[in-house]
Amino acid sequence: MSQNFSLFTRMNKDLPLSILHELTYEIQVSEVMSPQISTLPSTISMRDVKNVMRSQRISGIPIVSAEQQKLLGLVSVEDLIRALEQNKLDAAVTEFMATNLITALDEEPVVEALKRLERTGFGRLVVVDKKGNLAGILTKGDIMAGLLRALEKTYHRVEQLQQDEQSHHFFAALNSDETSLTLRYRVRAGDFIKGGQASSNIKKALQHIGATPQLARRVAIATYEIEINLIIHTDDGGYIVAEVRPAQIKVVAHDDGPGIADVSLARQPGYSTASSKAREMGFGAGMGLVNAERCADELHVWSALTVGTRVEMIFNVAVP
Amino acid sequence: MKLEKIVAELDLQVLAGTAQLEREAQGCYIADLLSCVMAGAQPDQLWFTLQTHLNIIAIASMLEVAAIVVTEAAPIAPATVERAAAEGVILLSSTEPTYETVAKLIQAGY
Repeated sequence: MSQNFSLFTRMNKDLPLSILHELTYEIQVSEVMSPQISTLPSTISMRDVKNVMRSQRISGIPIVSAEQQKLLGLVSVEDLIRALEQNKLDAAVTEFMATNLITALDEEPVVEALKRLERTGFGRLVVVDKKGNLAGILTKGDIMAGLLRALEKTYHRVEQLQQDEQSHHFFAALNSDETSLTLRYRVRAGDFIKGGQASSNIKKALQHIGATPQLARRVAIATYEIEINLIIHTDDGGYIVAEVRPAQIKVVAHDDGPGIADVSLARQPGYSTASSKAREMGFGAGMGLVNAERCADELHVWSALTVGTRVEMIFNVAVP
Repeated sequence: MKLEKIVAELDLQVLAGTAQLEREAQGCYIADLLSCVMAGAQPDQLWFTLQTHLNIIAIASMLEVAAIVVTEAAPIAPATVERAAAEGVILLSSTEPTYETVAKLIQAGY
């Protein structure tokens, strides 16, 4: 018992005090105790106790009154040894069990139970709930195991944080003379239902590789506008290709027609050739290219009637 | 103001995002022309609209608005609600017209 005792004293001395200490305040007794407890009636003998302890490999058993299941005491290995020494294995358990029970509340922090264990030198505490009903049993081993579990969780959390931090540096993990990532999307004409999927996926990809929220949003808004243009205005849809480099993101939309008759007119705010169906849905404000241009650092449009259109947008990645 | 308070004050129906009503909203943007919304709406604003098709979810997600408020009890297709839930977009519905809804919001101290 005194060995167990000093183990905790050593833990306090050798390990960084703060985290273990914090954990003993954070964790509740109910989280670390053994909730499934066998009890024994007060009518049995110490010999029965020995058999139960051996077969169930437990070192302390609460003793309850046979009729009312009321907690009467706690019999431990130490009590059993005393009975053996006195050659009184056939004595009633009530003769050897401890009756001045030190209990722990299931809802109190582990640190309180730990203090009680250290003060009394007991190996285990009976855990009761607010109403005084038996809730479980708590040994130093239970506390140790609970603290180790909590430490492991903390460790995983720290590891995760470190990982997240790494991914916050744009492209930091990739080394080459010229690194780029290309994302390609097929956009179908008239497919309003899928409208926004390409831009939404590009946004998620950018966030995933560590772009700032502002950059991801800027690229997503501009891409959304040209994606919707492909849906509203093309004969056969088109493609959106995003080429992502550490210093620059280029998003290109290209299609095979019908082409824009007057590109400079199409770039004027409010000019629209959208169908009435598109307008009903709230598209066709004539603001698509204007919005895209506002978000991009550069926007270029090439178009020829019956041939097709190519919109190219450049976004510079600001160096932090 | 927290969305849960806004929902209670304006008696809104929560169609998607019930679990996210702790989110703070700040400011409003009112428009049905989607390009105007794309150009003007800011993150964390409430977006009031009569549009109910699937695309409003993509826009809300892209812009990170706090919530979409569809007014005048405009019928919303289940597909839109499902997409909102899948994208984590909070979708609210008001039975009153936009003006009355926003007026109430201002009265509530928003």
